[in-house]
Amino acid sequence: MTSPLLQVRDLHKHFPVGSKGLFGRPAQMLRAVDGISFDVHPGETLGLVGESGCGKSTCARTIVGLHEPTAGTVMYEGAEISGLSRKERAPYRRKIQMIFQDPYASLDPRQTVASILAEPLKIHYLAKPRERRLHAMQLLDAVGLNPRHIHRFPHEFSGGQRQRIGVARALAMEPDLIICDEPVSALDVSIQAQVVNLLEELQERFGLSYLFIAHDLAVVRHICDRIAVMYLGKIVEIAERDELFENPQHPYTRALLSAVPHPDPKIERTRERIVLEGDVPSPLDPPSGCRFHPRCVERGRVTGDRCVHEEPALGARSACHLPESADAPSPAAHT
Amino acid sequence: MALLDVRNLRVRFETHHGVVRAVDGVSFSLEEGETLGLVGESGSGKSVTNLSLMGLVPQPPGVVEADALTLEGRSILEMSDEELRRVRGNEVSMIFQDPMTSLNPLLTIGRQLTEVLEVHERVTRREARRRAAKGLDDVGIPEPEKRLDQYPHELSGGMRQRVMIAMGLLCSPKVLLADEPTTALDVTIQAQILELMKSLQESHGTAIVLVTHDLGVVAGMSDRVNVMYAGKLVETASAEALFESPRHPYTAGLLGSVPRLTGDTGAALDSIPGSPPDLAALPGGCAFRPRCGQAIDRCASEVPPLHVLGSSSSPRRTACFEHARLGGAAAQGGDA
Repeated sequence: MTSPLLQVRDLHKHFPVGSKGLFGRPAQMLRAVDGISFDVHPGETLGLVGESGCGKSTCARTIVGLHEPTAGTVMYEGAEISGLSRKERAPYRRKIQMIFQDPYASLDPRQTVASILAEPLKIHYLAKPRERRLHAMQLLDAVGLNPRHIHRFPHEFSGGQRQRIGVARALAMEPDLIICDEPVSALDVSIQAQVVNLLEELQERFGLSYLFIAHDLAVVRHICDRIAVMYLGKIVEIAERDELFENPQHPYTRALLSAVPHPDPKIERTRERIVLEGDVPSPLDPPSGCRFHPRCVERGRVTGDRCVHEEPALGARSACHLPESADAPSPAAHT
Repeated sequence: MALLDVRNLRVRFETHHGVVRAVDGVSFSLEEGETLGLVGESGSGKSVTNLSLMGLVPQPPGVVEADALTLEGRSILEMSDEELRRVRGNEVSMIFQDPMTSLNPLLTIGRQLTEVLEVHERVTRREARRRAAKGLDDVGIPEPEKRLDQYPHELSGGMRQRVMIAMGLLCSPKVLLADEPTTALDVTIQAQILELMKSLQESHGTAIVLVTHDLGVVAGMSDRVNVMYAGKLVETASAEALFESPRHPYTAGLLGSVPRLTGDTGAALDSIPGSPPDLAALPGGCAFRPRCGQAIDRCASEVPPLHVLGSSSSPRRTACFEHARLGGAAAQGGDA
């Protein structure tokens, strides 16, 4: 196997919450990302899924350097990039680009598309001033927008078109890795499909790798090669796409897959569902032992109260005290 | 007699950019205990349809007209403000998408729930509080008594949505209008809320109009589905028939656009090209024509009416001249 492009090792990101009160009471720590490790290989799409507040986005922002990690390392092509100064980081910033969720908030409304796309080229000295415009037009063409619209402002485009501009901006740097943070969840279904298809096409054309963060499991299944499932700041399961969907190991993965409604009444009305009780606990005060134990429906299968006291380590595949089984019930395999 | 009867509903807004026909000639009826799914993209008129059933479209700038808009034979359009107030929250109630902005942050959960009962049923404060606690208990909120004294910000998103549902069901309404009730929630919480709505529907016999863009949610919940595009109804059928063989290119496109949890993942998704039209500047003829792969010359000049298809036991209608051709190549979305 080729050497990994991105290696994340035991990454932690904790945020102090609340001010140190009048009497200097120490602030609480919100453990958004609490020790996760994974690799992204060249040309691969790794999915990172989980519910709101599980730490997906914080993980993404820590990798690109928008947050300093509390502990752990991020390595790019074998070189550590976490903890570098702004200046030392510059060449890597070009190689790792990001696409954001909200195409309305992530483009400057006062800049034309030309200047949005030319700015990164300018900062990184990638093209001479007169070439920049041509380059920007080529980028627009690559993402399926009309190059003649280069002097328009973001508000003149629809949501899906704006997301294409966001993709073009990431492509401008000729990156190896693009971190996509919920790139399609703000879009209507028909437009979502267009952007998913575009991302796949660009991956093929430019040999890109993606770290694809999403909460929509069907989208993730469509686009990803491997998938990591997060719960409360931890990875609970990581596996090849088909393995994960056909034979999920962790009880949380099973519940998550089972919760996704199928767009087919015949399946949707007859299938067995695992409905979890309660909400995701607060990352300010995560449960002891296995973080999923208060909501886990399979806890009874583990003898004693190991789940309450002992945190399961992420093995080859899943972080659970239950032994891995080949015949685990699969909520997704209904065909 | 249908519980709710809507015939040729038209809602337009007079804006600076011109007249926007948000809903343009929509007809349907709703029977007791039935769930009707209302599907379409942003701006297709789903929510405005729902708002007009509650008499909640602001007039002006809105103008609501219909040949009939009746609840158990009484015309909603002709009701006075006083009569509408008696209907809202009592006979017809509504669950909104975002529980954070639709609950009042300054009032306790208890106050917001008891208000509904005090207005509609003139019960004592103590009785109202007892019933509010029972309402919270019904929707699966633990320690309901304690929750009554909390404020919305003290609850999680899923809990707040449960409070919205409890509020909507307090007076055992005949019709529940649910506008994207689970869109803001995570899937595991969504599964809880949908189960809850189904079981409450069974015990109360409530009819539900479910507005959503999530075809999976529609598939699991609805008896019948209305598909809207640019303010018009383009297809209506039973959920099974619609998902099995869509008879409008837009419905087929929507179904093809959805990635699935089963089946092949290699192929690209069948996306619909282009974007939804600007309602203030609709193309002539069929509004879907610029994005449609099946369009013929006639589509540019004439607006296709709703054709009635199928047997009388499961009637379905589609607004496409080429529906017969689609019927043959129907399996587009039904590969799961």
